Amino acid sequence: MNLALKDIRHGLFRFVLTCFGLGLLMTVVLAMIGIYNGLVADALAVVKAPAADVWVVEAGTKGPFAEASSIPVDTRDTVARMPGVAEAGAINYQTVEASFQDRTLRLYVIGYEPGRPGGPQTIAEGRGIGTSHFELVADRKTGLVPGDTIRLGRHRFTVAGLVDGAMNSGGDPAVYMTLADAMALQIELAPADQRVQVARGAGAVKSASVAAVIVRVMPGADVDLLTATLRQWKHLAALSQAEQENILLASVVDRARRQIGLFLGILLTVSAVVIALIIYTMTMEKLKQIATLKLIGAPDRSVVGLIVQQALILGASGWGIGLVLILLVKDVFPRRVVLEPFNVAVLAGIIFVVCIAASGLGVRAAMKVDPATALGG
Amino acid sequence: MAIGDILVDVQAVAKHYGDGETRVDALRQVDLQVRAGEVIALLGPSGSGKTTLLNIIGCILDPSSGRVMLDGEPVFDGKWLRSDLRRLRLDKIGFIFQAHNLLPFLTAAENVSLVLDLAGWPADKGKERARELLDYLEVGHRAGVKPALLSGGEAQRVAIARALANRPRIILADEPTAALDSKRAQLVMDLLRKLATEQEASILTVTHDEKIFDRFDRLIHLRDGRLVDE
Repeated sequence: MNLALKDIRHGLFRFVLTCFGLGLLMTVVLAMIGIYNGLVADALAVVKAPAADVWVVEAGTKGPFAEASSIPVDTRDTVARMPGVAEAGAINYQTVEASFQDRTLRLYVIGYEPGRPGGPQTIAEGRGIGTSHFELVADRKTGLVPGDTIRLGRHRFTVAGLVDGAMNSGGDPAVYMTLADAMALQIELAPADQRVQVARGAGAVKSASVAAVIVRVMPGADVDLLTATLRQWKHLAALSQAEQENILLASVVDRARRQIGLFLGILLTVSAVVIALIIYTMTMEKLKQIATLKLIGAPDRSVVGLIVQQALILGASGWGIGLVLILLVKDVFPRRVVLEPFNVAVLAGIIFVVCIAASGLGVRAAMKVDPATALGG
Repeated sequence: MAIGDILVDVQAVAKHYGDGETRVDALRQVDLQVRAGEVIALLGPSGSGKTTLLNIIGCILDPSSGRVMLDGEPVFDGKWLRSDLRRLRLDKIGFIFQAHNLLPFLTAAENVSLVLDLAGWPADKGKERARELLDYLEVGHRAGVKPALLSGGEAQRVAIARALANRPRIILADEPTAALDSKRAQLVMDLLRKLATEQEASILTVTHDEKIFDRFDRLIHLRDGRLVDE
């Protein structure tokens, strides 16, 4: 006879309510884990997207993500001629705000040279950029769909296709356009401003530059050697892909990452205390029944089984409910919530350990109960 | 063992709490023998040692000194002679409580069959035995009902069925009729007497209920931890 299940069935509504409450708590924990992962994944997405081996940036900077970087666009030709370089492409980044259907979109504009590294790797819907000007490929989170048109700067762009998971470290969705369009967007002044500049005797346009040149090396080429060679040029700096990722994690999103990580730690601690308290209280409420069980001859394993099984069922139910809820609502979050099976499994392990530890407190109390307390009403 | 054999043999049992000036003697050199088939009442004012004696016989309280034999087996002689006292209780002793103490999450039948489950009976045999006992105690029609929905008399009969389930030779009852009206109290005592005879069991009852005194073979009075009258 399984006493744990019988007891649960007896107070099913209360037990389900407790599991649901615990499930909500687990939802918050899983959401926080997902937000933490999402922050890291978002930060790395823009760096990983071009699948580069080396980033060539302005001398003395750690650009283009941690610091501003500006290099002449023809740097790409110089770099492309270096031994071991398979292909190189100039790339530009800027953040713009645009109006679309009565709402304001904050977009991370990536300008790249079609046919060279830096463009979208996979088109999820529609097609890639097929013309030299005024087409873009947008991340799905922009809400744009193929065929939409949107005004950026002085020109109207047509959405040719969509990609998934392209954004900057702040979570702003990305749009890809040709480098020429991106540079024009960066340097072209509004007509009135341009007239003022001409009247002042200044040039009509600002000088054009790109943020970085990204390099893919030939199979077997030595990335470290190439990076070291590029660094010898006084007017440029070079970073390997791994260095670029480390810079992002260590500086750009480091505080946000640590903040969320610390909050996650506190949340896990609170969850552990809540689970322990629930299990301990559940046991304390049953002390008279446990005394009766001991009096009529129930062995310790029956009493321990009653407490531990209920604790594990409670923990497993809370974990399950939390997982289902977060999977249902994760896409509603404004920023990406990334849950890996490993995270979910680790949380299950933590809950298991907490349940066993909390049961230990309950079992300790149960073992101390004098069977004589069952006598005398 | 047969009717007339000694099932409970308590020799010079004493129990005290504390030492020196704070010492309280709950039992002083008590000798008691109870034979199979006997139904005995333990009487006395509050604090006289009735429940202490019952707990010692039930192997849930350590005596300070003395000797206890249950069903012919020495179980205490200055110390407990068995380590598995719970198994001893399960096999030899049935408890009936004033507040019946049925487990609220089990049905009447499950409360009874739980004891058999713990004793290692096969589940189907345990259910059959529980059903027989409940029918015998005329609460078979309430077998599937949880204790909260049983009347006081029904709950007490289920508790008696639980105490008898594993056919113990010694039944210890603490105020078993306290929650019952006088008619039901008489019925319960008649039932216990009948069971004592049929199962060749000894029944020791702590009671204050004078209306049922005539249902006992012996009335044993305790005062200040001593047997004073029989």
